[in-house]
Amino acid sequence: MTIKTSRGVSRPGLGVCATLLLGLTLAACGGGGGDPAESAEQDTLEPGETLTITTFGEFGYDALIADWNKANPGIQVEQTKVSLWDDWKNELNTNLQANAGLPDVVAIEGDFMPALVAAPDRWVDLSDKDVEGRWLDFKEKAATTSDGQLLGYPTDAGPEAFCYRADLFEEAGLPSDRAEVAKLMTTWDDYYALGEKFTAKSDAAWYDSSGTIAQAMLNQVPNPFEESDGTVNVENDGLKAVWNTVTGNAETLSTRNKLWNDDWSASFKKDGFATIPCPGWMRSNIKDNQGKLKDGVVWDVVDVFPGGGGNWGGSFLAVPKTSTHQTEAQKFLEWMTAPEQQLRVFADLGNFPSQVKAIDSPDLLSATDEYFNNAPVGEIYSNRAAAIDVQPFQGPLYSDILGKFQLAIDRVDEGSASPDKSWKTFLSDVASLQ
Amino acid sequence: MTAPADAGTPLQPGDHPHRPEAGAGGAGKPTPGGRGGRQDDRRLLRRERRARWDVKIAPYLFVSPFFVVFAVVGMFPLAYTGYLSLYEWDRTQYARGGFAGLDNFRWVLEDPVFVKSVVNTLSIFVMSSIPQVIIAVTVAALLDQQLRGSTFWRISVLLPFVVAPTAAVLIFGSLFADRSGVINEVLGNLGLEPIRWHVERWWSHVAISGMVNWRWTGYNALIFLAAMQAVPRDVYESAALDGAGRVRQLFAITLPMIRPTVIFVIVTTTIGGLQIFTEPRLFDDTAQREGGADHQYMTMTLYVYVKGIEDQFYGRASAAAWLLFMFIIAIVLVNYLVTRWLTRRRAL
Repeated sequence: MTIKTSRGVSRPGLGVCATLLLGLTLAACGGGGGDPAESAEQDTLEPGETLTITTFGEFGYDALIADWNKANPGIQVEQTKVSLWDDWKNELNTNLQANAGLPDVVAIEGDFMPALVAAPDRWVDLSDKDVEGRWLDFKEKAATTSDGQLLGYPTDAGPEAFCYRADLFEEAGLPSDRAEVAKLMTTWDDYYALGEKFTAKSDAAWYDSSGTIAQAMLNQVPNPFEESDGTVNVENDGLKAVWNTVTGNAETLSTRNKLWNDDWSASFKKDGFATIPCPGWMRSNIKDNQGKLKDGVVWDVVDVFPGGGGNWGGSFLAVPKTSTHQTEAQKFLEWMTAPEQQLRVFADLGNFPSQVKAIDSPDLLSATDEYFNNAPVGEIYSNRAAAIDVQPFQGPLYSDILGKFQLAIDRVDEGSASPDKSWKTFLSDVASLQ
Repeated sequence: MTAPADAGTPLQPGDHPHRPEAGAGGAGKPTPGGRGGRQDDRRLLRRERRARWDVKIAPYLFVSPFFVVFAVVGMFPLAYTGYLSLYEWDRTQYARGGFAGLDNFRWVLEDPVFVKSVVNTLSIFVMSSIPQVIIAVTVAALLDQQLRGSTFWRISVLLPFVVAPTAAVLIFGSLFADRSGVINEVLGNLGLEPIRWHVERWWSHVAISGMVNWRWTGYNALIFLAAMQAVPRDVYESAALDGAGRVRQLFAITLPMIRPTVIFVIVTTTIGGLQIFTEPRLFDDTAQREGGADHQYMTMTLYVYVKGIEDQFYGRASAAAWLLFMFIIAIVLVNYLVTRWLTRRRAL
């Protein structure tokens, strides 16, 4: 049964629709819910509720969280893992824009910390007498605002050594002993010269990807992307030197794979390269990609880093103001970043502690790694941490510009653009970030 | 929808069909020994008004759920995006900036990366949609014959659609890896040069279109098949008697007969094809996932994503989204007209 009116459309109906739309749009223009700088209403954890944490890559927290949950029935923690930092960063930013959807605790890549410090009112101040002086100075400084708020607890540091394939060195007629290799790689010039020697005698590439080497060299440039007052300036000699060196050698020394992609992961098993810049956390990547050591494959760690020392990575844990369980979150973080826990992660994965006490611990200093030809990794990484004398200045845009820089390197590596053309694209990419 | 057959004249608003005496049931007569007539009248009036409103408003209430949902999830985001596209964005403070007028649109249109993404989108769209529709029609025509185990064939055609796109893309990713990919291994064994899937613009489009086609062809084939099943068989018989072969039958009978379905599929494929996002994003082998290191396979949707979510300029992203919206409408119109022309009835 149908009802036909003489008028096709009745006006009230249209009116209702129009009003609805207008109302919605106006409501939207009023902005989101409340002031983002306000803390969320605090709430106690009911049974069945969990404290949520999101990490990326491999923090090695599975076992630790299981222990914590056993010991603290009142604060059950649930971890979400995202595989790549870049993916998690996008999600994090989206949630920050919406001021909703964030977990109670978020993991932050070290390069992104300046962006947090630039927008401090979205984060909980975690400074506390109990944790004062706990961490390496430069780590703590990176998470502290000008008015003394501490926005994140450092999880690990990334002092860099070099990991290398001793067996490939030997085949190419190079010395393969740790102490010998260390003498041959004290400067970048020596390192590249040694690479020329190696590739002349071997089918393998010298290093795993141009992106990795660029990252390693960048970590010794005082102001790679930004002046110390935060203004962006990518056309500086330090960055240019890195760019020219890396793109100039891509053809001959690099696998020309992109860092972290499938081909890069596959190149470990295929004896694709001989050396890789090796912060503590890189060792677990090597183990995962190489798998069980075949006969004849020998990985080793050398106690040297060309040009002195460098720090690559190391993350932070922060609590956004949207969390409704900030006290519990802080308690959990204090435990999580305490020396005992950091030492366990170091033993499991190799992520080097950011805690003064943990670094001085005899357990750490005496640690060796069977996978890496029983290298004295504790001693090596402590020395590497002591050798760090330059930290690049990181402004709020550092992490974003770094992404564009990596893309620029990738273009040259894959051959889709000449170094000059790629550099021009990089400049326009950086301009469009401002 | 048609009016009942006995309704000779259109009913006036407020009329009840089958109830010539308008008003609520049995309220026409004053109740014996009842209250005064005037009160009765007033109640009558009120009832009548209520009945009239009932008739007027009820249909709208019945169809309103769709419009309300559409307003919330369709119309509102569109309007809000349009509103955002007129504003700057302060990315460090995660807040809307000042009014920018049409600056964002200008910025996007002048951005060479955007232009590149438009070209990529069109290229991937052409490579995925045209073969997809042609193959889907062919497959449907084959399935329309009397086959043994026809259900089995029909289900197997739909299988790729059931696999989660992310899983599919991961599998394709290991097929198409530049150095360690299965396809290049095979090519290498045949003594051919490996194809650089992630570097060469054209090949990356081929790979992405392949994923899209793999997923959607069977789905569209089933829609075509459903339409073909409704074509009366005796038409084919008379055509066969007249000496029309299979191919001639397809073009002269089947396609004109299922024209509305063809138009529907082409329109939905166009909208979907111009919004390709998942495939290029997951196909990407750079950590930043901006559609290739040199944006070789950055589609327009991916451009919107990168400008908004990665670079966090929501104004620019919104402007790009609106441009994409207008672009899709234009292409759909063109396709609609072309399809109408292609499937017009030809004289037998």
